[in-house]
Amino acid sequence: MTERKAVALPNLVTPNTPVIFNPDKCVGCNHCVEVCQIDVFIPNPEKGNPPIILHPDECWYCGCCVNDCPHPGAVKFNWPLQQRGYWRDKETGEVFRLK
Amino acid sequence: MTTWHDFLLREGKVPDWPYPVNYDTGQEIEGDVLVVGGGIAGCWAAISAARCGARVILVEKGDTIRSGAGGPGCDHYCDIPTNPLSKVDPDEWAREMTGPYTNGIGTQIQCREGYDTLLEYEQMGAKIRDDKDEYLGVEGRDEKTKFLVSPRQNKDHCRNTVLRVWGSTFKPALKKECKRLGVRIFDRVMVTGLLNEHGIPGNRVVGAVGFNNRTGEFLVFKAKATILCTAGNHSLYVLNTELSGYNSFRSRTMTGDGFAMAWRAGAELTLMETTGPLVLGLGFRHTWYGGAGDASYENVQLVDANGKKLPIPTQGWRDGSMPDAFLRLLPTIREGVLKGEYALPFYGDFPAMPPEEQRATWYMMLREESTSRIIVDTYSAAGFDPAKHQLMSYQLLEGDSPKQWRVPGRGGVLVDWNLRTSLEGLYAAGEQMFAARDHSFCAATGRYAGRKAAAYAKEAAEPVISAEQVAKEKKRIYAPVKRSSGIEWKELHAGIGRAMQYFCSEYLTDSLLRLGLQTLEEIEEEYVPKLYALDPHKLMRSLEDLSLLTHAKIIIHASLARKASSKLLDFYRIDYPEVDPQEWNKYIVIKNENEKVVTRMLPQYFWGDMKKNYEAHNQDYQGVYRGK
Ligand code: SF4
Ligand code: SF4
Repeated sequence: MTERKAVALPNLVTPNTPVIFNPDKCVGCNHCVEVCQIDVFIPNPEKGNPPIILHPDECWYCGCCVNDCPHPGAVKFNWPLQQRGYWRDKETGEVFRLK
Repeated sequence: MTTWHDFLLREGKVPDWPYPVNYDTGQEIEGDVLVVGGGIAGCWAAISAARCGARVILVEKGDTIRSGAGGPGCDHYCDIPTNPLSKVDPDEWAREMTGPYTNGIGTQIQCREGYDTLLEYEQMGAKIRDDKDEYLGVEGRDEKTKFLVSPRQNKDHCRNTVLRVWGSTFKPALKKECKRLGVRIFDRVMVTGLLNEHGIPGNRVVGAVGFNNRTGEFLVFKAKATILCTAGNHSLYVLNTELSGYNSFRSRTMTGDGFAMAWRAGAELTLMETTGPLVLGLGFRHTWYGGAGDASYENVQLVDANGKKLPIPTQGWRDGSMPDAFLRLLPTIREGVLKGEYALPFYGDFPAMPPEEQRATWYMMLREESTSRIIVDTYSAAGFDPAKHQLMSYQLLEGDSPKQWRVPGRGGVLVDWNLRTSLEGLYAAGEQMFAARDHSFCAATGRYAGRKAAAYAKEAAEPVISAEQVAKEKKRIYAPVKRSSGIEWKELHAGIGRAMQYFCSEYLTDSLLRLGLQTLEEIEEEYVPKLYALDPHKLMRSLEDLSLLTHAKIIIHASLARKASSKLLDFYRIDYPEVDPQEWNKYIVIKNENEKVVTRMLPQYFWGDMKKNYEAHNQDYQGVYRGK
């Protein structure tokens, strides 16, 4: 593990990662920045890169950013841990949880 | 690298504000009809006014592409009894939907014109039918029209007033149509105040001012007619802003801006004293309820951990009920759980449904319902299959929302049969009206208000705005950016929320309400002058707090004015315990006149004969749009 110099940061707001961008697939078109009603994201200063998550504490989990992204796989929804739901197989009774 | 702190750690600096900041520059835009709020009602108002030949300006705090109180979709188009499959008379159905403390004007418009509105959605390219035959065999599917009738309020197909629709296609279609018609859209602009002729509240409304929440730019809109299409307020009682965003049923952009603007302009409001428990969202409830209300279990039988059916209606064809039955039954089920009659947790038994119903519910209804599309997609990708899997329900497990976490209820702007407010030049539609209803209500009333406002604008005199009023509002807007310390919007929001929780929630008395008012006034005098905002986004949130504050005060004033309890309004005064006494069975109408609170009463059903009045006001109604 490469060591990182510690810097003085305030605690991060939580949850703070409503979505996870895939930099290999995201083309930085910023469509998600536009459809988000809240301005959770801002465009990346480096053109072509995924947006930056600036106001994650204001996200209301409407899903528009992921629903409307024109590039499949570029952005994935990331539910807060306490919101991850369960289901079970009716036949076997095995219970699953959203990972 | 997608988070803010990643950027900071890598670059060694925080990102620059990505938009040019211009607090001091501005522009004045002029038109015939100004629409404030670009949700469902606002887009429809803009489209319909433009189709009447008006030059239309549409101003939206987010982006019109997906904005609106209810979020990005719509699964049910309700109460459209003029659809060809309906089995009820539209006027009778409207009357049936209009009990005490409802909105008979809007409901009549919805019942008469809702279906025409839906057909116009289709003209714009939105999807309202199963034209690709994906849902053959689904109960309620009509082969001739390819409509999917919903079981809602439709036991054994007795009514057919609700259609299932592909509502995720609606908002983009509306924005496209607005553009095609030449509507001038101002996205990311928060309107903060209405302008009255000569700058005197109570006078004709001649426009509005606002600012761009990315650039800070100041905008003045001058118009002959203005339509208020902002939505309600969902976060007033919420202390923690980190919770207020997530898992909420309604958009967090709903902050009572419209109430505050209407109040300051001198318009009459009614039912402002109503609030209800916030049963959805806010981190107290699981996402399914937050995102979809009861919808995840609409049509789906709930079973206990041993597979035993729970006595809960599914809103399916055999019971056709509404979800409140669930809440009523919950205490009995809880008893059963404690006695060992039912085992926790409960599950939605998708596999027990016929395969085509599973598909229609999971892949169509829930994907088209607003915020649940992302839930369905995420769960489907993780392996949930409605043919095999039962979805967990968190009823009882997650407990109840505390009673002090509330949501403002049916309050809104008072309108007449033209959807005109008490002020000349100001119209209202959708959720901004009193006792508003659902998507089709907002669409139909927006479309109606658009044509009425356009008709007025054709005859109206040139609007004259007051430079003094503009300057005053400009000063109010930009005060927080002049400071960099004091109190930030989140803390102010929590302070307002706490005052409402303590003094205007479950326990209501004259003295508690007065303490509430005193606290809010103190906040206004002591803390608002210390409010600071570091960028245009935080400036918007700060101005939203000021809307919350005004809205909170209106609620308290209205609560003080109702000196009786009411079961119908879920409003209980400890000092006036008599429930729904005859003399208080009235709408309290409230307005701000020269900084004084003035109230009057209106009787139940003050709108008169709904059918007659609708017809008298709409002799020239053209039906479905046939123009270009
Ligand atoms: S996630 Fe999608 S919409 Fe957002 S910038 Fe990347 S490619 Fe564009
Ligand atoms: S889920 Fe909605 S609010 Fe959250 S970032 Fe995406 S678009 Fe914005």
